[in-house]
Amino acid sequence: MAKTRERRPTSFYFLAAFFTLFVLFLYGPMLTIFILSFQGENGGLTFPMNGFSFHWFGNLFEQQAVGDFGGSFTRSLKLGLIVMVVTVVVSFMAGLAFRRRFRGDSVIFYLAIASLIVPSILISLGIGLLFNIIEWQPQWFTSALGAHLTWTFPFGLLIMFAVFNRFDPSYEEAARDLGASNWQTIQYVVLPMVGPSLIGVAMFSFTLSYDEFARTLMTAGSLNTLPLEIYGMTTNVTTPVLYALGTVTTGFSFLVIGIALGSVLLMRRRKGQKA
Amino acid sequence: MAFDTSKRSSYFLITPMAAIFAIFLVIPLLTIVIVSFWDYDEYRILPDFILENYSYLLGSSVTWKIYLNTLKYAALTWVFTLLIGFTVAYFLAFHVRSLTWQIVLFMLCTIPFWTSNIIRMISWIPFLGRNGLLNSALINLGIVDQPLEFLLFSDFAVVLADVHLYTLFMVVPIFNSMMRIDRSLIEAARDAGASGFETLKSVIVPLSKPGIAIGSIFVITVVMGDFITVRLMSGGQSASVGLQISNEIGLLQYPAAAASAVVLLVTVLLIVTGLLRLVDIRKEL
Repeated sequence: MAKTRERRPTSFYFLAAFFTLFVLFLYGPMLTIFILSFQGENGGLTFPMNGFSFHWFGNLFEQQAVGDFGGSFTRSLKLGLIVMVVTVVVSFMAGLAFRRRFRGDSVIFYLAIASLIVPSILISLGIGLLFNIIEWQPQWFTSALGAHLTWTFPFGLLIMFAVFNRFDPSYEEAARDLGASNWQTIQYVVLPMVGPSLIGVAMFSFTLSYDEFARTLMTAGSLNTLPLEIYGMTTNVTTPVLYALGTVTTGFSFLVIGIALGSVLLMRRRKGQKA
Repeated sequence: MAFDTSKRSSYFLITPMAAIFAIFLVIPLLTIVIVSFWDYDEYRILPDFILENYSYLLGSSVTWKIYLNTLKYAALTWVFTLLIGFTVAYFLAFHVRSLTWQIVLFMLCTIPFWTSNIIRMISWIPFLGRNGLLNSALINLGIVDQPLEFLLFSDFAVVLADVHLYTLFMVVPIFNSMMRIDRSLIEAARDAGASGFETLKSVIVPLSKPGIAIGSIFVITVVMGDFITVRLMSGGQSASVGLQISNEIGLLQYPAAAASAVVLLVTVLLIVTGLLRLVDIRKEL
């Protein structure tokens, strides 16, 4: 920047301090349970630390101690991946559809907004009742999948809106002038340009599904997903194994976020090299 | 396949999303409305058309107390998330000068959103509990001589957890609105002799209104329908509308739960309609 920097006003330092406190507020509690999950074997739910051990992590994988951690984790992982793939594909299609006006477009738009603001427990109750009445057994891969999609689609659609509102159609016209078919235009022009945003949609939908509790409550059927399992534990587990679970699942979420950010950066760099 | 020029292609492209919304949003909500008029006994729900579920619900003073309590949580959470969210967004948008730093700090705020809400609630226990960090610190500093009991399993804890979970819903839309404010307007205000505070009051706040409205819609609706934060953080000592519905579900009183759900839905829609008068969402994307 050629312009000489102005001196920062005093308010900057107050606001910076406020922001730091806010970040501490966000991360502080998470950090405490991270530390406490390494609590010694005889330690309790609060400080002081009674030694240091991996005891509670080991405890996590013993079936009888905390219910079915492995099974519920696998289920949540699979469900999250299915939700992710469906959300990315369907939101991308819907995003393309919304580039033109069509009859009923505002109905779909308001349905998406409604889906976002209708309390989750109502979705859970409604789908549960519906399956009850038509005498279908709720399953995590049918009713819970549908319930999760009503939560992830609005985010996917809104992200696609933001993307296509800033998308310059002259690139597609150029591709078509050069003789590209519709599919080629999508594959070689549109997809590479919106790729990073699609990764954003993927990460959003995976993590939202992986952590969703209220919408799964009445729709998961007889087998628990991980958040249901964790919720069950909060009422009957009084050992730091709860924190170990928190650390493991938060670590997993961070891993997913890291992978998503990493791939966006990688795509950017590749694009930079090509250009 | 004339997929870019014809309207047919738009219909083809939107069908999957429309179908999912129809099956898993519209039909379930209609089911709730229908079942709210049904009868039930201990074992099953019975198709019928009765108004008892509503008359019982609306005639009970407990319901009104629960609504009042839920509105209290929503109002308190709204005030705190708005004040904190606005300040954070203002700092990011106007005081952080490089785009890279803006992105990094913004990501820092958003990352917790992508982790489990339940775990984030649980993580307050070692901090607020009877023997928790805060109480130990207060006792060691000699500020109190007995642990404060109201910190955990109380209304305080519920609102604190809500603010912790949902402030991001305010930060994101307000930050988005602020980033669109033409910087020359602020210079103009300053050239015209406005102080920093006057600029904030007469330029930035009015132009951030759409973001404030969207954030408010998110925060208020999510707190109105919440049951898990109330159950975990109040330790079963307080009630909310969502918790009442979830208890009725637990007792298999589905028609009663459905009637509560309809009343909650109407309440939420009224609040949202009010807030939507302040903003055209479609313009804000």
